[in-house]
Amino acid sequence: MSAQATSAAEPQRNYLNADYGIKSWLLTTDHKRIGLMYLLTMTLFFFLGGAFAVAIRLELATPHGDLVESETYNKLFTMHGVIMIFFFLIPSIPAVLGNFLLPLMLGARDLAFPRLNLLTWYLFTIGGVFTLYAVVSGGVDTGWTFYTPYSSTYANTHVIATALGVFITGFSSILTGLNFIVTTHKMRAPGLTWFRLPLFVWAHYATSLIQILGTPVLATAILLVGIERLFGVGIFDPKLGGDPVLFQHLFWFYSHPAVYIMILPSMGVISELISTFARKRVFGYSFIAMSSLAIAILGFFVWGHHMFVSGQSVYAGVVFSLLSMLVAVPSAVKVFNWTATLYKGSIQFSTPMIYALGFLGLFTIGGLTGLFLATLAVDVHVHDTYFVVAHFHYIMVGGALMAYLGGLHFWWPKITGRMYPEFLGKISAVIIFLGFNLTFFPQFLLGYLGMPRRYHVYPDEFQVLNVLSSAGASILGLGYLIPMAYLVWSLKYGKRAPSNPWRASGLEWTTPSPPATFNFDRTPVVTTEAYHYSEELGAPRTGTDVREVEIV
Amino acid sequence: MSDPGGAVLHQFDDLDQQVEAGRLGMWAFLIQEVLFFGGMFAVYAVYRHRFPESFAEGSHHLDVLLGGVNTVILIGSSLTAALAVHAAERGHARGIVTWLVGTIVLGGAFLGVKAVEYSHKFHDGLIPGSGFVSAQFETENVEVFYSLYFVLTGMHALHMVIGVGIMIWLIALTLRGYITKERQQYIEFFGLYWHFVDIVWIFLFPLLYLLGRHG
Repeated sequence: MSAQATSAAEPQRNYLNADYGIKSWLLTTDHKRIGLMYLLTMTLFFFLGGAFAVAIRLELATPHGDLVESETYNKLFTMHGVIMIFFFLIPSIPAVLGNFLLPLMLGARDLAFPRLNLLTWYLFTIGGVFTLYAVVSGGVDTGWTFYTPYSSTYANTHVIATALGVFITGFSSILTGLNFIVTTHKMRAPGLTWFRLPLFVWAHYATSLIQILGTPVLATAILLVGIERLFGVGIFDPKLGGDPVLFQHLFWFYSHPAVYIMILPSMGVISELISTFARKRVFGYSFIAMSSLAIAILGFFVWGHHMFVSGQSVYAGVVFSLLSMLVAVPSAVKVFNWTATLYKGSIQFSTPMIYALGFLGLFTIGGLTGLFLATLAVDVHVHDTYFVVAHFHYIMVGGALMAYLGGLHFWWPKITGRMYPEFLGKISAVIIFLGFNLTFFPQFLLGYLGMPRRYHVYPDEFQVLNVLSSAGASILGLGYLIPMAYLVWSLKYGKRAPSNPWRASGLEWTTPSPPATFNFDRTPVVTTEAYHYSEELGAPRTGTDVREVEIV
Repeated sequence: MSDPGGAVLHQFDDLDQQVEAGRLGMWAFLIQEVLFFGGMFAVYAVYRHRFPESFAEGSHHLDVLLGGVNTVILIGSSLTAALAVHAAERGHARGIVTWLVGTIVLGGAFLGVKAVEYSHKFHDGLIPGSGFVSAQFETENVEVFYSLYFVLTGMHALHMVIGVGIMIWLIALTLRGYITKERQQYIEFFGLYWHFVDIVWIFLFPLLYLLGRHG
């Protein structure tokens, strides 16, 4: 509490003003600064990927290919996918919010391996440079899935540069996961037992497991494609005895779990937001914690549902169909528990909470349509249609991105020491929610009616729904620009943030905003479980104590 | 806050925490390595199942003697690596340097033998791609076997080259007096890595050279 009293005055020494100059950033090992560097890099990639989406939606406003040619269109959706998935969604919450918050939530001075953490940012950036090179030198047109033998033999675009970029970025993801696992195991403050951890930490732990176990297999797959393409070696090319479907198996062995790399951290964020703004302990804490692990584990056994029509065995299809439906169980456990947390809570509709509530609805739609796609017979009907596109955008944009923005607003005062303008925040959250639905709901209908994905010419009767979708996309784009503008504005003009503006529980809120370089003056000692809100007033009881030993 | 020898980094409370974190991190790293090679072993298993005769015929053209010698060399290098770790536990800088140099010599010998094998394959027209002479085989798809042979052994050799690089760095650190008893884990963690690379070869040797040879 003493921290709160001092922080409202002039800024004290913190991680931002501890040192200035470009070297103090590029060579920093402070997890908070590295998180900010990720935030900056990833925002650039987000808007670049968004620019490709704008071009796609413009083209699709008419049924004829009057804006771009087929080849160009192939490149547009490929680069939109590659950039958004590998350079925004997969690293987004872990690398920005996770990096910043994990040590704070654990009561640690930094991650277990700070220099390794810096290395991940460089790997990410180098991988990004390769991909950007591919973009500016003419693009790549294989789809983000790099299916063979097109990618390995026939495509005459910059497959190698892009694949190399993804390969290098993969190491960044693996090492981030490794760092988080070790940190969670070994760096917890005294008294912070596993079942006192915030659910954000549990979600990141589960995510890290996937990053370590899945990403290396993607590396294998991409490496083999690269070798085949460079040397004409037959591994996936059927002309040389190879099997292109084997590539799909390797690719989806990573890339389906990768969906959970994107969504699990966002579920962690949602647990924090809902508990804080309902002033209640999360209902079914241990169920939410364990369902994260269940999703991480089950996620490794469902990859075949991307391949129902690839010619894999029918029996494999049946098993993968069943296993895919099982993932719905832990996902539903989370949604029901969050809903139960809201029940009789003192709900406060602040910006992060609007994002969280939006997440609940959109994730539920995305999850339920996932069940359609897991059903073997229905999938054969809607496979490779806009139904699939709508489904995964509901999960990744409606789910992961909404949670990312909600989390960014929620922890913005902690990260920057400034408050964002609440009114604009609420407005833009609502605009994003509405724009999102207008963009992607028509795509469910389009897909169900049979419009295939990845084509830019379509029959005239699909135009109305496509125009609705493009109109929604322009609203959505506006919705992203507003927070971009006012968050930057708030860095200089925002109100100074107290240490705990939301009266939230959690160790990160016991530090000043922004925190000092080594986070805590004294190592905190945790004496209560997470989300320890008092029932009547909704005020957080201090869940921490300070140990009487000074940190040297 | 015990910090003998000033080895504890700022983020850790004490040496125990630091050592345990490093050890867990190293094992986690090895787990991802297992998955990386695991993907390639899976590809091997699929194609071996599909083309058993081609794989048997392909393995007949590998040099079992050179492969066997290399296996012995590599197991020997695991011994020297273990002795380096042992010396580090005792805090014997000279022992560390001696045994790491020994490991480099053995690792270099392995890579040398591997290079000889590769050049034989080149002369025999066994390099997949445009130079592959498939007419010398009775079965089709032997090229798939050789593609996997070069990918698997090539990735293994790359890991050894990286290991040699790490050893040179560790020797330099030891000579500068940086590897004290408190920092012995540097050597221990390298040992874990080197043993892992050896174990990969222990799987590769029978899968590529021996299996199906007399079938």
